[in-house]
Amino acid sequence: MEVGRLPISASQRGKLIAAGYTTLSSFSSLSPSHLARDLKISDNEAAEIMRVASHSHRLDGSAAGCGTVNGAQTAWDMLHEEEMFPRITTSCMDLDNILGGGINCKEVTEIGGVPGIGKTQLGIQLAINVQIPVDYGGLGGKAIYIDTEGSFMVERALQIAEACIEDMSECGGLLRKDFQACQLKMHPNNILENIFYFRVCSYTEQIALINYLDKFISEHKDVKIVIVDSVTFHFRQDFDDMALRTRLLSGMALKLMKLAKDFSLAVVLLNQVTNKYIDGSFQLTLALGDSWSHSCTNRVILYWNGNERYAYIDKSPSLRSASAPYSVTSKGIRNSASNCKRIKMM
Amino acid sequence: MANKQISQMGLPKSIANVFAARNVFTAKDALSLTEFELMELLDVGLAQVTSAVAHISEIVCPPCQTALSLMELRVQNEHLAGHLPTHMKGLDEALCGGIPFGVLTELVGPAGIGKTQFCLKLSLLASLPASYGGLDGHVIYIDVESKFSSRRLIEIGVKSFPEIFHRKGMAQEMAGRIHVLRPASLSEFTESLQQIKISLLQNQVKLLVIDSMAALVTGEFEHGAPRQNTLGWHVSFIKSLAEFSRIPVVVTNQVRSQSRDEICHYYFQVQSWNETIEDRTRHDSHLVAALGINWAHAVTIRLVLEAKSDQRFIKVAKSPISPPLAFPFNITSSGILLLSDDGIELTGPDINAIHCQGHNDIINFGGESLQC
Repeated sequence: MEVGRLPISASQRGKLIAAGYTTLSSFSSLSPSHLARDLKISDNEAAEIMRVASHSHRLDGSAAGCGTVNGAQTAWDMLHEEEMFPRITTSCMDLDNILGGGINCKEVTEIGGVPGIGKTQLGIQLAINVQIPVDYGGLGGKAIYIDTEGSFMVERALQIAEACIEDMSECGGLLRKDFQACQLKMHPNNILENIFYFRVCSYTEQIALINYLDKFISEHKDVKIVIVDSVTFHFRQDFDDMALRTRLLSGMALKLMKLAKDFSLAVVLLNQVTNKYIDGSFQLTLALGDSWSHSCTNRVILYWNGNERYAYIDKSPSLRSASAPYSVTSKGIRNSASNCKRIKMM
Repeated sequence: MANKQISQMGLPKSIANVFAARNVFTAKDALSLTEFELMELLDVGLAQVTSAVAHISEIVCPPCQTALSLMELRVQNEHLAGHLPTHMKGLDEALCGGIPFGVLTELVGPAGIGKTQFCLKLSLLASLPASYGGLDGHVIYIDVESKFSSRRLIEIGVKSFPEIFHRKGMAQEMAGRIHVLRPASLSEFTESLQQIKISLLQNQVKLLVIDSMAALVTGEFEHGAPRQNTLGWHVSFIKSLAEFSRIPVVVTNQVRSQSRDEICHYYFQVQSWNETIEDRTRHDSHLVAALGINWAHAVTIRLVLEAKSDQRFIKVAKSPISPPLAFPFNITSSGILLLSDDGIELTGPDINAIHCQGHNDIINFGGESLQC
């Protein structure tokens, strides 16, 4: 392994190369004091370089040496793990069906659509549904809601929370025993208390917050969903340097993906739409450009189809592309009105 | 917070000095670079950069609130839980009490439908004493199209709140609370926005009205494309004004007719696209809001004012709290009035469509008889 790939400062790297140490193996057998003398640096600094080098060396060696790779997971284990995690329901059966049961944990899902289609509604609904107790087939987790647009409405969250509890007590009639206990626990105020709300006012704050989430979530382990509403807003205003924008966005996407993996939680990014000129006509696409569209695992587009709202799976590694109707009611996201019969049959 | 100085964040002295020496002064500078770029620039190890970035991030990132504490704060601190009642019962109910504080509310509609009338009424309501359901505050009215009429304002006041306006001096006091600005160009508008930011903190301003946002840019640009970008800064500035002073902001928007090839769909909707083309040829007029999709994303509540089959309607087209409802209304000498408090629920494309059919016939100046 080359010295150039070590995560050390540029001047230290320069000193190493100037002293003739171009590969790791060339100095890994030296003592720190020897290295310090050669490079004319302090003993502490030399010890630090040795520590970093031996760490990288070990990773490098294990990859080449043994048959199994450190940190890897077999596909069979992954399948097993995937089945263990319940999905977060959207409260709309048809939408859940095309999503394979709901929003998946450990994945980044992007949801976009025209203004007024119900992106924020879906966001609030998910923040509440993640709290459905395990007894009712939910996750019993908490939610982080990152609001960049100021569109989160507490009044609306309260409405949806009340409707959610109502629905649960209806199906709780069958399991009367645990219902009593659950009712105590599930008060609308408790639901609101479990939504951690951050109001972000600039893209710097947005990046800072996403850096900080790592620490925040390790203090609040039961957070099971992170919703960003919307990921676009600050990146769409006052940006002249598009290359910088792309770089910052992809850095942010990587951090979010890492969060999703490390803490097995769902990340939902809401995105706006924009007009794009393709083949002589304007088309609607999600904002932030082509390189951004690679950064999410799943992509769902909400759109109007005649009189109904539809969701379309635009991109997913495991789901086939399909569309399903849904509607936004006073209770929140529900099945489309024309499919009402199906609800009654249940 | 984004421009907070790194030197004041309590980082270890040695690393803080390195940041300063490399011209990385603010959090914005530091967080706009990746960790590896920072390593190169500052000439320090990865571990130090990571911990410094984590430290900066923690200080810059906004405070965490729970939704519950948010709600309790609003109920405690704000009159009417943060809403400006429009005194139109049906609409107030749909919007949970009126025009909410802290967000943008947009009025869209064809010329002469009553957008300015709506704004005048709201200005009046915000300046009224709290005992009459007002906010008892000052109003800043940015009148781009020079349509503000003091005479009409007083008329609405006298007709709808005679008990206040017939008291001596009250009309003067109420009207004295409304400050009208008339910027002639976008740059003047930008300037006055910045002044407003200061005066919002000093005075008891309880409402900001901008009539209209579209006129500012349609005057300056012919093409659709640059329009969105020019407003980018204004959109986020106005939003942050609303947020930090916690006042309602009402903005009007004009309409323009949409040509057929501009109708937008997603690529996977190709089939239905052909159908809609046939559809559209049958309609002679097809109106859309003058400011584009980027602007539409930025407003939290969109109210569409339209005329359909000899009747005017006010529609809640976009709102996080209300279902899409339409209320018939009329404009009388006492201002805009709903004819019915029961909204008609809308579905599908009707929600966003802007109809404009012969509303000129139904303007009713002596509409006393219609006040029911």
